[in-house]
Amino acid sequence: MIGDWIDIGALAEIPLRGARTVPVVGGEEIAIFRTGDNAVFALVNRCPHKQGPLSQGIVHGHSVTCPLHNWKIALATGEAQGEDKGCTPTIPVKVDAGRVLIARMALLTTALAA
Amino acid sequence: MDTIADDFPDMHLEGREHLVVIGNGMAGCRAVEELLERDPGRYAVTIIGAESLVNYNRIMLSPVLAGEKTFDQIVINDHAWYEGNNIRLITGDPVVGIDREARVVRSESGVEATYDKLLIATGSDPFIIPVPGKDLPGVITFRDMRDVEHMLDAAGRGGDAVVIGGGLLGLEAAHGLSLRGMKVTVIHLMGTLMERQLDEAAGWLLKSELERRGQTILTEANTAEIVGDTHVEGVRLKDGTLIPASLVVMAVGIRPNTKIAAAAGLAVGRGIMVDDHMVTSDPDILAVGECVEHDGQVYGLVAPLWDMCRALADGLVEQHSGYRGSVTSTKLKVSGIDVFSAGDFSGGDGAEDIVMRDAARGIYKRVVVKDDRIVGAVLYGDTADGNWYFDMLRKGEDVSEIREKLIFGQAFALGGGNDDPHAMVAAMGDDAEICGCNGVSKAKVVQSIVGGAVSLDAVRSTCKASASCGSCTSIVESLLSLTLGADYGGDLTIKTLCKCTTYGHEEVRREIVAQGMRAIPEVMQTLHWSTPDGCSSCRPALNYYLLCALPGEYVDDQQSRFVNERMHANIQKDGTYSVVPRMWGGLTNPRELRAIADVVEKFNAPMVKVTGGQRLDIFGIRKEDLPAVWADLNAAGMVSGHAYGKSLRTVKTCVGSDWCRFGTQDSTGLGVRIEQMTWGSWMPHKFKIAVSGCPRNCAEATIKDFGIVCVDSGYELHVGGNGGIKVRATDFLCKVATEAEAMHYCAAFTQLYREEAHYLERTAPWIERVGLQYIKDRIVDDQPLRDALAERFLYSQKFCQDDPWAARVAGAEREQHAHLGEFRPLEILAAE
Ligand code: SRM
Ligand SMILES: Cc1cc2nc3c(=O)[nH]c(=O)nc-3n(C[C@H](O)[C@H](O)[C@H](O)COP(=O)(O)OP(=O)(O)OC[C@H]3O[C@@H](n4cnc5c(N)ncnc54)[C@H](O)[C@@H]3O)c2cc1C
Ligand code: SF4
Ligand code: FES
Repeated sequence: MIGDWIDIGALAEIPLRGARTVPVVGGEEIAIFRTGDNAVFALVNRCPHKQGPLSQGIVHGHSVTCPLHNWKIALATGEAQGEDKGCTPTIPVKVDAGRVLIARMALLTTALAA
Repeated sequence: MDTIADDFPDMHLEGREHLVVIGNGMAGCRAVEELLERDPGRYAVTIIGAESLVNYNRIMLSPVLAGEKTFDQIVINDHAWYEGNNIRLITGDPVVGIDREARVVRSESGVEATYDKLLIATGSDPFIIPVPGKDLPGVITFRDMRDVEHMLDAAGRGGDAVVIGGGLLGLEAAHGLSLRGMKVTVIHLMGTLMERQLDEAAGWLLKSELERRGQTILTEANTAEIVGDTHVEGVRLKDGTLIPASLVVMAVGIRPNTKIAAAAGLAVGRGIMVDDHMVTSDPDILAVGECVEHDGQVYGLVAPLWDMCRALADGLVEQHSGYRGSVTSTKLKVSGIDVFSAGDFSGGDGAEDIVMRDAARGIYKRVVVKDDRIVGAVLYGDTADGNWYFDMLRKGEDVSEIREKLIFGQAFALGGGNDDPHAMVAAMGDDAEICGCNGVSKAKVVQSIVGGAVSLDAVRSTCKASASCGSCTSIVESLLSLTLGADYGGDLTIKTLCKCTTYGHEEVRREIVAQGMRAIPEVMQTLHWSTPDGCSSCRPALNYYLLCALPGEYVDDQQSRFVNERMHANIQKDGTYSVVPRMWGGLTNPRELRAIADVVEKFNAPMVKVTGGQRLDIFGIRKEDLPAVWADLNAAGMVSGHAYGKSLRTVKTCVGSDWCRFGTQDSTGLGVRIEQMTWGSWMPHKFKIAVSGCPRNCAEATIKDFGIVCVDSGYELHVGGNGGIKVRATDFLCKVATEAEAMHYCAAFTQLYREEAHYLERTAPWIERVGLQYIKDRIVDDQPLRDALAERFLYSQKFCQDDPWAARVAGAEREQHAHLGEFRPLEILAAE
């Protein structure tokens, strides 16, 4: 049976201050971030500026700096910080017993919206 | 088995409802205490415990192990308490079954107790990682007094101990064992100790302190098996390392003990499900402590138990108050190490970090504020204000009024009662110490300002205030503006490395070398970074500075590298990568060309082009395919071209004396040899070299970082050239007679640039900043220095000339290329 949360892998498999990607067949790729203090966030892997792959940016604090033109995106809200304006969709995610779980509904919505 | 009040039920207890408690631990007994406090005559109580001891304070087992307390000192309720309250106590006899229909519990030895209300307080079981050898004698957990006795026994025989798990429990076990004379190694799966309570910065401080005390701490270490024939002899890690041990303590986590509850058919999730009154799915059965799950949460600390027990007792005497979950805080009980963590410092929406570091005193404090309220705190080294923060956190107090001063602690924040930082500085006494590092008082700072030190720099150089760690910079600036009034422009003359620090590039580089720093968190701590883990500007800079200072020793932090250097390829606007294999001096051959052609076809690369740097660039490769592309190129003998790096890029050459009618020297051969000497080297910025065979300069050597123009009588060396937005032609450095000298000067110049330029500063702006004469003084006129620089360059190259592509092909950093998983939404929908 599939509950409200879907297991996508072990927390330990995401590098500290890094990200891993999860492609969605028929939808947009998702980036799962792990920060220096072990918080986990999931965002659509697309910068609000020009679609840069956020998963490849440098993670610092609870932000990621986009690898293409250095926009700084808040991981919790997906919002660009500072002067820049734009927002990337976020997806609820949580960690339980070392496993990373992603919200099923939000995932489906993200997939269908694309 | 040991039973007191055997003549139970006493006459005077008759007519009372019977409460049976399973578990004689912290929560079970506390619940009974709370109940007695409210209505001592209400229930006749029986407590059945698996341990053969009276109720003791489990958290104090650590001090018992460390020899700081005896068992008697940690008893919470002795026999007299049970007797005095007419509690029937059965110890050393676990309950094995609950018959809900008959309302009877049965113990292992066959004792039966009938209940009106049943309370389950069975705590948790330590989690045992399922590796071979886990059942060997000598492998134990850390949960009860018996475990402590085992450890003391083993410690008495001395030798090596391994603790698996670097969380609170594991570290306390390790501390105790090492005080008892064992040689202790801690194996931790994650990169940071106590990663659930601490952030990276605090975890790093903790690790260094434990190592200083003689423990070996292995992070990111995965246990493969426990070895030994009849008794444990060691632990083998997944990477093959074998650590000898006569004792292995597993402290990797706990699982709520729900066995008997589940067997009795109660609703059980991760723990026994309870409502706000600690009632399970059976209205006559309650549960409390670590064995329960409330509102999706299970707990592993005592504070929530107290809240639960209050709610439970209220409910049992029909004054329902209800339990609403708990916020927890943690302190590590290792003497001399103060660590405090509370709430959620993983921030989230709009959360803001306030960080203070004091390297001299080994202090790191981080308070996370969100919507004007404290949501989390991590303190290392000075935990005096932990409870103050925790209290405000729990009450959800608005801290906007004291925000500026919050991080300095309660005394400071509430002391002045004045919000203006200037006024606070003005109010400080003349003998108040401003700069802790150099012991400079306020009077002294003011004196030197009055005496003419009218800038921060001048203050630093006259009285030394703010000259060391910089954490008092803002106070010194306040004093400058208070003393000078309108005359103080406040213009900071130092350009800081980034917003996370008050230090400039040069100071950071100098301090790294002077203080022998070895890791990014160490630099951030020592130099008082104002953020927990830096930003995308300072992290790559620090990574480079350390790499440059500690060749062969520093372990590169991949996550502090820009994407191109992390992926060893150039990211393109569509997220794919371009791949440029190295072609020494711009030369190639049929084998290489064939391999490139094959890769282009095999991976459907949409474009291949000749670059401005005389190489071939293959475009449109997906990150997943990079290792396979590299494998094919490696097979043809090609290595990474570093077209992506702040590193040596290309050595461009022209045809030279072998073919060209004007050629004066073998410019192609020299270019190849220089590229073989310099390839793989990491630099402050990209670095380009060219060798032209005659002054016609077809290789454009005079707009390169290091250019050689061959002439009949030798080699003219040029430095500091740049194409790009702002073109700068090179400066002439000197002329040398031999190829060997040309290479030697090249190595020396490169190393000077590597050691002294700011990160992301190319040679052109660097030379403009320091002046050509500065370079000449060192490279041309000072032979011993030139030799030393060249030698240091060649030494550091020993560790850089491994092809990073080959390492990835062999499986290194697999996670940089592979997806974590994949979703097929249609299948998820179909599975419903
Ligand atoms: C591929 C190439 C263009 C080409 O197809 O010819 C190229 C491509 C890029 N150049 Fe370049 N440069 C290329 C030769 C040059 C040259 C000519 C040379 O090396 O002789 C110059 C002028 C010489 C110089 O560097 O001074 C040059 C000056 C720049 C600059 C300006 C540098 C400066 O200090 O002003 C940048 C921007 C930067 O680095 O910040 C740049 C940046 C870039 C980047 C890395 C832009 C980026 O960040 O994505 C381009 C990467 C594309 C890719 O994915 O490969 N590229 N670029 C050339 C690769 C050379 C090689 O084989 O490694
Ligand atoms: C070494 C150590 C240090 C700790 N330090 C801290 C700390 O610093 N701060 C903090 O907040 N927390 C700390 N803890 C955690 C804290 O001790 C627990 O949160 C607390 O003890 C939980 O109380 P409990 O009553 O739920 O479980 P326990 O105290 O474990 O009590 C459960 C009891 O039930 C018994 N039992 C189990 N099954 C049965 C059965 N079938 N029949 C009869 N009896 C049974 C067990 O033997 C046990 O005696 C520490 C724990 C340990 C082991
Ligand atoms: S000149 Fe501009 S567009 Fe062309 S490769 Fe260089 S950076 Fe890219
Ligand atoms: S695409 Fe992210 S900053 Fe431009």
